[in-house]
Amino acid sequence: MIDKDAIENIARLARLEVGPQEIEELRQQMSKALKYFEQISKIDTTNIKPLITPTEIETYWREDKVEQTTTTEEILENAPDKVGRLFRVPPVV
Amino acid sequence: MDLINSSVQEIQKALLEKKVSAKEICQFFLDRAMNLQQSLNAFISFNEDILEQAEEIDNRLARGENCGVLAGIPIGVKDMFCTKGLETTAASRMLQNFVPPYDATVIRRLKNAGALVLGKLNQDEFAMGSSNETSFFGPCLNPWDKKRVPGGSSGGSAVAQAARLAPLNLGTDTGGSIRQPANYCGVVGVKPTYGRISRYGMIAYASSLDQAGIFADSVSEAALALEIMSGFDPHDGTTSQKAVPTWAKLLDSSITDIRVGVLKLNSEQAIESTVKSVMDLAISELEKQGARIVPIEIKHLDAAVPVYYLIAASEASSNLARYDGVRYGYRSEFENLSAISLDEFYGRTRQEAFGPEVRRRIMLGTYCLSSGYLDAYYNKASQVRRLLTEQYLNAFKNCDVILSPVSTSAAFKVGERISDPLAMYLNDIFTTSINLAGLPALSVPFGMTPDNLPVGVQIIAPHFEEQKMLNVALALELASSVRGVRPSV
Repeated sequence: MIDKDAIENIARLARLEVGPQEIEELRQQMSKALKYFEQISKIDTTNIKPLITPTEIETYWREDKVEQTTTTEEILENAPDKVGRLFRVPPVV
Repeated sequence: MDLINSSVQEIQKALLEKKVSAKEICQFFLDRAMNLQQSLNAFISFNEDILEQAEEIDNRLARGENCGVLAGIPIGVKDMFCTKGLETTAASRMLQNFVPPYDATVIRRLKNAGALVLGKLNQDEFAMGSSNETSFFGPCLNPWDKKRVPGGSSGGSAVAQAARLAPLNLGTDTGGSIRQPANYCGVVGVKPTYGRISRYGMIAYASSLDQAGIFADSVSEAALALEIMSGFDPHDGTTSQKAVPTWAKLLDSSITDIRVGVLKLNSEQAIESTVKSVMDLAISELEKQGARIVPIEIKHLDAAVPVYYLIAASEASSNLARYDGVRYGYRSEFENLSAISLDEFYGRTRQEAFGPEVRRRIMLGTYCLSSGYLDAYYNKASQVRRLLTEQYLNAFKNCDVILSPVSTSAAFKVGERISDPLAMYLNDIFTTSINLAGLPALSVPFGMTPDNLPVGVQIIAPHFEEQKMLNVALALELASSVRGVRPSV
């Protein structure tokens, strides 16, 4: 079971501003999902290496050369708010 | 020319023989797609420049240039792929006005082969869903029965294929998002091996599971498109350098002595009787054609759904951390930006722009990766993932391909499962395990329910052996009673 404090903590880590009603909904839904996930704890995985990428990663060499892909102007076109060539954000420091 | 019932290869031939122009082809499909937009909601946006681009192809052909094997063929593109200059939203408010400055590798490859982007297709938000009901742009509807879902997450792609809004449609498949909607809409849907197709420019949901693929009317058209889409890409370190076979040319429907593994089903999987009878029909057809049926068992299959959702949610929580309202995408309205904290800025932006299913998965994933829970959840799931994958690899020692249902039922009704996420997830047992193992698999139509809803079967092959499953699918397709049957739209 997962409580209200845990939901608030996770929402903070995930940078989601959840309201009181959603906290309760999430508490119920996540408790149910996590309980469902727990069935895997019964499977014996002693000495089994976790599988992260399902097919083999083939390494390769390439020349270390600079390529022009997109320009700063193109990238800035999608910015919700900008000042000159900078993204505008709340005070960070 | 009958553009509804002609194959991509036939349209190509007619184009080269000057019986039809690229502009005529594109005009036909653009009109059709726009006319059916209101009733099906398959598209999120259209490419307004397609007719000009088609004319360019016509001019090049007139000059005797080789424009590629898909010259003049319009394709529908799931809105998960970045298309230069065309809005790419992932069906989310978060990316509502995002215009990518570059093409995904898959798009670049298809364009190089002469294909033209018709428009961007509806889907579940960030590909999280099995019904297309989580789209910010509203659900897309199943052309066989508009009260039913088309499946998801590539719902728009499957609908565009079934209603023939484009001759080919692109999708992505993280846990069945191509095969399940193909199954619900009665078309061919193929997800190749993990690593066959570059993920560069494909919006990330769960990177170790995501793979691009194709919807087509037939196995040979799917094979042709996949050849173009596949291959090594220096922009995606997980792509394979293995040569891409000429799948379409090598197609062979003679399956004598091919060993087809048939998955032993258990009662917990709650499979509808019509799905079972289509499976039985496919088994007897394959036997009739000389294939050998080998019963197989995959241990831990019932763990596939929890393992899949746990890993997918974990990877999603990390991948979707990039949506911060700073560089692109949605940003909440703030009266005085200098009066709020950075955390408030992120929190409100993300809360407002992500839909409930996306928020739920981000929360679950963050929990599973958080300090103190990592071993019990993500690491444990990744260990079970290896056990499950080994089960498949062992099974392939005794068979060439595996036959299984795609979903536990035919298309369900809109609204029926949206309130119960777990019930929605359980439907995906046969598809999710395939992404965990990185195997290639496809869905091919093979029957109808008494309510006139399509049902297909899934064919799974070993890593990088797509040809085997394509051949078996072709054998079934040629014998199928539902071949060429379309919904009336």
